[in-house]
Amino acid sequence: MSLIVKTVTRVTIGIIFLFGGYIVAHGHLTPGGGFAGGVILALAYVLYVLAYGEKETRERLSMKWASIIESLGGLLFLFLAVLGLAGGYFFLNVLPKGTPGDIFSAGIIPLCNLAIMFKVGAGLFAVFLVLVTFRVAARKEEEE
Amino acid sequence: MLELNLLLVFMVVGAIIAVENHNLLSSVIAVGAVGFGLCVVFLLLGAPDLAITQLVVEILALVILIRATIAKTVPETYKGRELLAYGVTIIFVLVFGAFSYFALKYLPEFGAPLMKVSKTYLEEGLKKTGALNLVAAIILDFRGYDTLGEASILFTAVIGTLAILRLKGRKQEKETDELDS
Repeated sequence: MSLIVKTVTRVTIGIIFLFGGYIVAHGHLTPGGGFAGGVILALAYVLYVLAYGEKETRERLSMKWASIIESLGGLLFLFLAVLGLAGGYFFLNVLPKGTPGDIFSAGIIPLCNLAIMFKVGAGLFAVFLVLVTFRVAARKEEEE
Repeated sequence: MLELNLLLVFMVVGAIIAVENHNLLSSVIAVGAVGFGLCVVFLLLGAPDLAITQLVVEILALVILIRATIAKTVPETYKGRELLAYGVTIIFVLVFGAFSYFALKYLPEFGAPLMKVSKTYLEEGLKKTGALNLVAAIILDFRGYDTLGEASILFTAVIGTLAILRLKGRKQEKETDELDS
């Protein structure tokens, strides 16, 4: 891509990350949540792929690490669900509730949002990377 | 109500254009127009959570569609069986329309939900979970099982994509491992 696209991407990508983190962190207070925030974080990486190409993106977040982060997010979500068994049943909100409106409140819900963010963000980024790679490889085959 | 109907007409027209267009890029853009129309509909009906999710997922889907699939040469759909296809479609639409006409009569009025279980959610959601955003309270606390299922659906989709499109199995021997890292 051209210099303009690269510069704008470099400037805006931090803001996009901040916005995604905000959407996730305030998921239990304002509209949003783990899914939307995770997709926004994945979109930041997708923007990086579009501007700088996939090779440079792989140096920052490789496919292997995307898979690992996705699996860890899923396991964290499952762990939080099993944690409810300590109080009686699956998915019980065992952590202290706090005062409504605080950022540290609502028990396991912010942690669940965090787990879903890792899962959705890394998973969708991996899917995009695989599709782009597949296309590049297919084009190479056609050229040969 | 008028703007909702206008948006619905806009979305239906966009969908028809997407199906009937022969240019793949125009079809993808028409699909995107349908998605953004749906986003505005969610916003008008007072569902900002869904509107945000629909917006970001639509952007990602559009990027994937344009970037990863648009360059592929799509084989022309075969011709010659159009009469049969149209006949089957018309019969299916008639049957489906008749069934849905009788089924939709039992639904509550638009904007007047039954509110049996959800009344409890609205009244006791804040007290029981401590989350101000009731949507988060419902999907992560009351309906945690659903979210777990949704997460595993996404997991399965990612695994399926990685398995089908992986490059290890179909690589030639002379190529190096540049795509594995």
